[in-house]
Amino acid sequence: MDNQPNTSLETWLELNLPAVQKPGRYTGGELNQVRKEWNSVITRVALAFPDIYDLGLPNLGIAVLYDQINKRPDALAERVYLPWVDMEDLMRRDSIPLFSLESRTPLVQFDLIGITLPYETLYTNALNLLDLCGIPVLSKDRSDQHPLVIAGGHAMLNPEPMAPFLDAIVIGEGEEVIHEILDTLANTKSQQLPRDEILFALSKIAGVYVPSFYTARYSTSGQYLGLTPEREDVPNCVQKRIVGRLPDPVIDFIVPSIEVVQNRIAIEIMRGCTRGCRFCQAGMITRPLRERSLDQILSSLERALEKTGYEEIALLSLSSSDHSEIAGIVQAIQTRFAGKHLTISLPSLRIESLSVDLLEKLSGSRQTSFTLAPEAATDRLRNIINKPISDEALLDVTRLIYSHGWRVIKCYFMIGHPEETLDDVRAIADLCRRVVIEGRKFHGLKATLHAGISTFIPKPHTPFQWRSMDSLESIQEKLNLLRRELRGPGLKMTWADPQTSLLEAWLSRGDRRTSDAIFRAWKAGARFDAWQDQFDFNIWQRAFEEAGIDPFTYSHRERLPEEPFPWDHIQIGVTRKYLLEEAENSRAGILRPDCRESCYVCGILPGYKNIRRANPGSHWGCPEIASVEPIL
Amino acid sequence: MIRCRILYAKTEPLRYTGMLDMQHIWERLFRRAGLELAYSQGFHPQPRIQQVAPLPLGFLSNFEIMDFWLDGDISIPEITAKIQDHTHPGINLQHLEEIESAAPILQSHLQSAIYSATALNVLSQEQIIASIDRLQKEELILRTRRGKEYDLKPLIHSLALAASNGETQVLEMTLSAREGATGRPEEVVAALGLEPFFFRYIREKLNFDIPLFSDF
Repeated sequence: MDNQPNTSLETWLELNLPAVQKPGRYTGGELNQVRKEWNSVITRVALAFPDIYDLGLPNLGIAVLYDQINKRPDALAERVYLPWVDMEDLMRRDSIPLFSLESRTPLVQFDLIGITLPYETLYTNALNLLDLCGIPVLSKDRSDQHPLVIAGGHAMLNPEPMAPFLDAIVIGEGEEVIHEILDTLANTKSQQLPRDEILFALSKIAGVYVPSFYTARYSTSGQYLGLTPEREDVPNCVQKRIVGRLPDPVIDFIVPSIEVVQNRIAIEIMRGCTRGCRFCQAGMITRPLRERSLDQILSSLERALEKTGYEEIALLSLSSSDHSEIAGIVQAIQTRFAGKHLTISLPSLRIESLSVDLLEKLSGSRQTSFTLAPEAATDRLRNIINKPISDEALLDVTRLIYSHGWRVIKCYFMIGHPEETLDDVRAIADLCRRVVIEGRKFHGLKATLHAGISTFIPKPHTPFQWRSMDSLESIQEKLNLLRRELRGPGLKMTWADPQTSLLEAWLSRGDRRTSDAIFRAWKAGARFDAWQDQFDFNIWQRAFEEAGIDPFTYSHRERLPEEPFPWDHIQIGVTRKYLLEEAENSRAGILRPDCRESCYVCGILPGYKNIRRANPGSHWGCPEIASVEPIL
Repeated sequence: MIRCRILYAKTEPLRYTGMLDMQHIWERLFRRAGLELAYSQGFHPQPRIQQVAPLPLGFLSNFEIMDFWLDGDISIPEITAKIQDHTHPGINLQHLEEIESAAPILQSHLQSAIYSATALNVLSQEQIIASIDRLQKEELILRTRRGKEYDLKPLIHSLALAASNGETQVLEMTLSAREGATGRPEEVVAALGLEPFFFRYIREKLNFDIPLFSDF
């Protein structure tokens, strides 16, 4: 197979790019892109983020895999993003297949297409991406000539709604499993195995789920009963992969030639979270907590700055101020890179651990605003969701932030929990007003509080997975109330579209039958569902109806404790017993503080004890194994 | 602090990168190179980079001019080497020189620009020559741009079929580039009765009424 510049594609691009918005999305050739000789490797991977370049380029998951794969001499990785609708129209009009950015090779020529699915509203985009490649969207329709289509990412912790479209799914962290997949592919390639046998070989890798080897069972009334393996030797359950130590962070970030949504060095300083907020899926599925050390962070940062020249650094994690060395990290960055006009951003800060010290260190940087997530505004609801941040604590912290010179604070609140009352909602507005009054003491009428309102979704693998979502009418009523109350100088409010949240609930909680609705929605034109100007709820309602599914049974039916879920075969290491216990604690209003202080036996330690033993060190957030084992 | 002037070519990888994005590309290039740009004074200090004559999106250029100010004491060969070692794909450094800190701002001295326009499809040479002749005889070339009618004629200083390598036709033109009197090459192509989308535009040179560099 040759990989010479495709002259007809080059000409087509030259003639057509001037007619689309932001043509720089489609050119590739950015600083730090890796271009390898096509014939110098055994396995060629196309890494796809199924949304536009502007959103996909900063995606850290793709950057990590791109780095891991291209470091191997026997493999290459190139990137692909979804064209925006104007470009898609032109490509379809002229039958131009989707191509990679590096070598402009049609995706159908790759061995593997890896799609990241961090959230559910990308599902129709993933189908569209395959279709634009000329690859059948259903796994069963693909032949030996087609690339393998493998997905991963947080949304794939319930893979069933996407199962028929994917050949294999990676559950959990990708840094190590990608190498096992590439080794297996190289092996099966030399043996020229048929597609089904390649998939079987992949299913032997821990953390790889091959959905076509399983059949879903339903009761006569249509209730989900479970999955049955169709082949001997495939596991009943797939356990999430984790790495025992976070490898060195990416340093050669691609520096785009056009501005994208985030132009910065992103360093994940910690994975996992110990706070145990009961609504938070990320907090459950990314356990256990592992930190990167100050030295590892600083030396990577230094090299990344040399490689990219970026002016902003983001220290990422689910709760960055909880890193045991956070003040030291920020201080060291300020000292080492003083006078470099760097912006340090800490996108997720925990109110309890945001200290005066940290604020003072940050006030020298150019971070423009602060984001906090109190989520609830009454103690009752705070106890239910296990996020006990008192009014006083929030007011103290916001006062501190305003007093250190920042004028804008963003606070996230969540509405729609089944036990929420209108009083709880009103309390959000009251609290916001009190916060902005604090701000006025320092900035007068320029003090701003930006309230971001999200909707509760009973996500899989959380203690609330048995609960139901709020009705659309009630969500609307609560939003209306907040819109009325959150008026006045310095108060701003944005909110998640309730219909989009409802779709997210359906797609995150669905089973394999949901795939039929996804397919129909895509056929009817649904794509870019995460974009308000493209999202069409009516298409989805019709799609579910035509598929013969009442989607509200996914989102609004309270579940019995023993009832099987479509995601039961995906093991995140946190046990059902623990999630049920937490559901009980929630009903009783019992708090479970930070589990670094006391282990609540969520199941992670025994589940991953071998990895833990093989990677000892202080980077783990869980207690030493020996101290926990006796009570198991 | 020293003030430098740079001449570079903007090639294919940066073809669809606009002026604002070029600003970021240069800032990051300087950071990688370890060259410290001087910052403006004020509440929001900005790095001192001055691009001249914004190039339309989709155009290539053999003649991009930019002034920048660096803190510290560093020799020109050293700056040149550092920029070359840390370049961004699509920037092709041609010349770099220190200029007097009091030298005038270039933009107001810009007079005209020379463009080449290469046809991407097959065109008849005779027809193009005939169209050029026709256009040159016109007293008035009325065009509408962004809802406003204007006369293109006085903005065209010269226009000719420069080369005709086999089937590829290349137009060369010098257009006025003064403030409020800027001719656009795709407008000239359209006035010739040709499809502007079917051309590749390259800015070949900018003409100023003061010298750009000491040696040319």
